[in-house]
Amino acid sequence: MLSIKNLHANIEGKEILKGINLEVKAGEVHAIMGPNGSGKSSLASVLAGRENYEITEGEVWLDGKNLLDMKPEVRAREGVFLAFQYPVEIPGVSNINFLRTALSEIRIHRNLPPLSAKEFLKMTKEKQALVEFEAKLANRSLNQGFSGGEKKRNEVFQLAMLEPKLSILDETDSGLDIDALRIVSNGINKLRSADNAFVLITHYQRLLEYIVPDFVHVLYNGQIVRSGTKELALELEEKGYDWLKEEFHGNESINKI
Amino acid sequence: MEKDDLMLEQLANREYEFGFVTAIDMDISEIGLNEDTVRFISAKKNEPQWLLDWRMKGFKAFQKQEMPQWQNFKMPEIDFQSISYYAAPKQQAKYASLDEVDPELLRTFEKLGIPMSEQKHLAGVAVDVVFDSVSVTTTYKKHLNELGIIFCSISDAVKEHPELIQKYLGSVVPHTDNVFASLNTAVFSDGSFVYIPKGVRCPMELSTYFRINAENTGQFERTLIIADEDSYVSYLEGCTAPMRDENQLHAAVVELIAMKGAEIKYSTVQNWYPGDKEGKGGIFNFVTKRGACRGERAKISWTQVETGSAITWKYPSILLQGDYSSGEFYSVAVTNNMQIADTGTKIYHLGAHTKSRIISKGISAGKGQNSYRGLVQMGPKAAYARNFTQCDSLLIGDLCGAHTFPYIESKNNTATIEHEATTSKIGEDQVFYLNQRGIDAEQAIALIVNGYAKDVLNQLPMEFAVEAQKLLSLTLEGSVG
Repeated sequence: MLSIKNLHANIEGKEILKGINLEVKAGEVHAIMGPNGSGKSSLASVLAGRENYEITEGEVWLDGKNLLDMKPEVRAREGVFLAFQYPVEIPGVSNINFLRTALSEIRIHRNLPPLSAKEFLKMTKEKQALVEFEAKLANRSLNQGFSGGEKKRNEVFQLAMLEPKLSILDETDSGLDIDALRIVSNGINKLRSADNAFVLITHYQRLLEYIVPDFVHVLYNGQIVRSGTKELALELEEKGYDWLKEEFHGNESINKI
Repeated sequence: MEKDDLMLEQLANREYEFGFVTAIDMDISEIGLNEDTVRFISAKKNEPQWLLDWRMKGFKAFQKQEMPQWQNFKMPEIDFQSISYYAAPKQQAKYASLDEVDPELLRTFEKLGIPMSEQKHLAGVAVDVVFDSVSVTTTYKKHLNELGIIFCSISDAVKEHPELIQKYLGSVVPHTDNVFASLNTAVFSDGSFVYIPKGVRCPMELSTYFRINAENTGQFERTLIIADEDSYVSYLEGCTAPMRDENQLHAAVVELIAMKGAEIKYSTVQNWYPGDKEGKGGIFNFVTKRGACRGERAKISWTQVETGSAITWKYPSILLQGDYSSGEFYSVAVTNNMQIADTGTKIYHLGAHTKSRIISKGISAGKGQNSYRGLVQMGPKAAYARNFTQCDSLLIGDLCGAHTFPYIESKNNTATIEHEATTSKIGEDQVFYLNQRGIDAEQAIALIVNGYAKDVLNQLPMEFAVEAQKLLSLTLEGSVG
């Protein structure tokens, strides 16, 4: 589904992604871990099309389409969803009105007929129940006055409503208490299917106890330095990142010789 | 950056939708302003002597007055001698039915989105159209007549209801009020008149559409609305003008009078031609609007959506004379490109227990400059009076400006005044967030701006709220920075 080949990207002239390679197939869940500043959130932003990143090399394909050629809104309509680490507040715009606008754009792009108000409402209720999102939050202004946890849960509710192919969750677990983490994880587990894929960006192994990944990758210094299965996450939890850093720099100095 | 440039370019290339000129035979007075001009207009309209006398008083006051200098922009030189003060479609000025109206004129109305032939069948809106200087037609008149409601052009009201005009015209905005109000007194061409009798709730929105068509003309309409005891009326005005390189002057006066227990809701969607992106042309919109709550529990509310004009200079005001009377001012003012708006309200709390609420939402984009200027005055008798003001500014891009000038005066220490103000910027983060959900930048800006202005748009009658939302989006199209 997603194929990233030798992706390099700069921000303000500084190279931040230094040759990322990643294959994600439908039905898979990939976790990307790594220390602060390793480029995890940058990777998410580049995939979503944030414009302050400059792509200097490499390719990204989504089901055979060149993702890097698309504007952010087209990527979204093609099925890329980013659950933001810091969701923004938009006063006066109701959550529901916003979702209706988004969904109708996506449906137009996919040549689907528009949903009637009744159908939309029915869908809203079902998805709210699925991800345990309170109706009162759905009717409020978009993220306005939401707690950190409520904002994160709203991201998952939106994910449920927009039914993307590829969901990238950027530290969705950060700032969640254990109950909220459980609710968010349950929601995502229910949304998993053979047709969609998830990329979870996280610092902690904790999330992966709830959402079990098929693959775990470690991002360090703009590159994926290690890939494995869920056991890798446990190893990281136990040993931290330092051994990987040392290994990486060791290799680097060897290469220089 | 590239994306921004592209969008700014799109914005610049977007044309003013109502910029067409109607090819129609016009009866236009010679340019220039002197006593003869005033007599000419009065004679054209077959006015009684008392009205001519009043116009003359206005003209004398105008000659003595100076241009205001306190506003937050440099007052442009206006050559009052280069303007024509009267322009009317040449045919018979008043029509008994729509069939008699010049078909070209009807086509104009259709372009403006007010197909009058259909309006007749639509429930809820009665329209008076002032085309340049003359009121062309008033639909729905008969139905309103049955309720005793008078809704007609001010010229007709002078003929048919002279006692009301003589009593109330100029009673809220005197002929000496300010230079533009004095000018309007001298040369006002036409406008609307509304009278709602005691205890009557006007069953439909009353609406006037103003259109400047002819070149080198000014538009000086005069509106007078009287709501007698315990009556209710909701009134809306809209306006457009052709695109021209020269600036055109619009100096209207609106007077509202609400008696004991009466309520007047006055809504404006102002979309005069704003000039091009370099600031060439556009309407100078210098308007005096004032309402008086004359009796107990009277209520006046002004709602304005100001998206057009090169310069907007306007402060719809309310005199809260009756005890327990209340006033509201809801405003959205947008300035894009080189537009300037200096707008706000003045609320005079004279009676006890009077209440007022001001919600002002300024939106600046391009190189637009937007100023809120407001006065809240608590008089010595305004015991327990209350005011709440909320004054927000939204900036789009780095080249625009937002300014706030709130004035507060209290002569009664039981009165309370609250003022809240915020300034915010449409962030790239907000736009990107919406992009990431499949919404393009244009629509994202529209959503954000409409969300921001919601408290004001909610005050508009339903059908006009939708219109105003579209207008806001159009005015700001591509202005994300």
